[in-house]
Amino acid sequence: MKLIVNGKEDNLVEGLTVSQLLIEQKVKMPEMVSVELNGRILKRSEFENTTLNEGDKVEFLYFMGGGNVTK
Amino acid sequence: MSLNEQQIERYSRHIILEEIGGIGQEKLLASKVLIVGAGGLGSPAALYLAAAGVGTIGIIDADRVDLTNLQRQIIHHTSDIGVEKVKSAENKIRAINPDVTVKTYHQFAKADNIREIIRYYDFVIDGTDNFPAKFLINDACYFEKKPFSHAGILKFYGQLITVLPSKTACYRCIFNAPPPAGVVPSCSQAGVLGVLAGVIGSLQATEAIKYLLDLGKLLTNTLLTYDALEMDFRAVKLSRNPNCPLCGENAEITELKDEEQPVCDLKNCKC
Repeated sequence: MKLIVNGKEDNLVEGLTVSQLLIEQKVKMPEMVSVELNGRILKRSEFENTTLNEGDKVEFLYFMGGGNVTK
Repeated sequence: MSLNEQQIERYSRHIILEEIGGIGQEKLLASKVLIVGAGGLGSPAALYLAAAGVGTIGIIDADRVDLTNLQRQIIHHTSDIGVEKVKSAENKIRAINPDVTVKTYHQFAKADNIREIIRYYDFVIDGTDNFPAKFLINDACYFEKKPFSHAGILKFYGQLITVLPSKTACYRCIFNAPPPAGVVPSCSQAGVLGVLAGVIGSLQATEAIKYLLDLGKLLTNTLLTYDALEMDFRAVKLSRNPNCPLCGENAEITELKDEEQPVCDLKNCKC
């Protein structure tokens, strides 16, 4: 299925959850990421059970301080 | 307040802009901006706002200038090492523009002092380097109904958003609470391209001026992200989050408190 992840189209397997997408996209520190799905910020507790669908727009929003690592 | 001859000359490139004019320049001179943190982001913001003739600039910072600051904190010079950052910044601002009144606060922004300080200002720039301070500024600006510019930088990346409390998405709408302790390495471990602070801090100053002069469209409900390696700017659209613990429908945060600094040591760091 096609998803738009951080503005770029990506081909991913069907039925992926948000948690799985974070792993798939090699996000090393998921604790440092907020996820916006189709314009809505997800609660952290929703990552596990939210399944992504064709055409979904996902944004990973990173915590940024002053030179802190987030990726 | 009307401009004197020197001021008309000094600000001529502003005044000639139809959108600013003499009236806009007078407005800037009557405006008050608070910069929290005289570091990487605060340096360019303070320098440009001073040059622009923002009449009162407040600066909060508890630190002294250190050699490692000079790679990006361009308001401080080599001869300032050891000097209070607020004092060093004040000296440069006065040298650039004697029209500006500088108010300095050589202290950490804390829950018990920040509301009283920001109350006096029209716009706040978050130039801090840590998450507890960023959440504190967000919350204090919400309670005091002050517009502010949030920004963060790391490595080759930067981001910023302008917040009009109760009207547009706030920092907690995006990031509910500071990241858990143990996952955040200290700043010195990650590194940051110095000029990145210049890009993002200058954008914060731009937003301040636009707000003060009611110009154009503010960077509200939008997180602007910048990737210096790809030279890519992206505007990520956001909206207010009904689950926001501060400005959401069932807000739990009703007063300011100091968040703990979740910086881990090297040994336990997962980075």
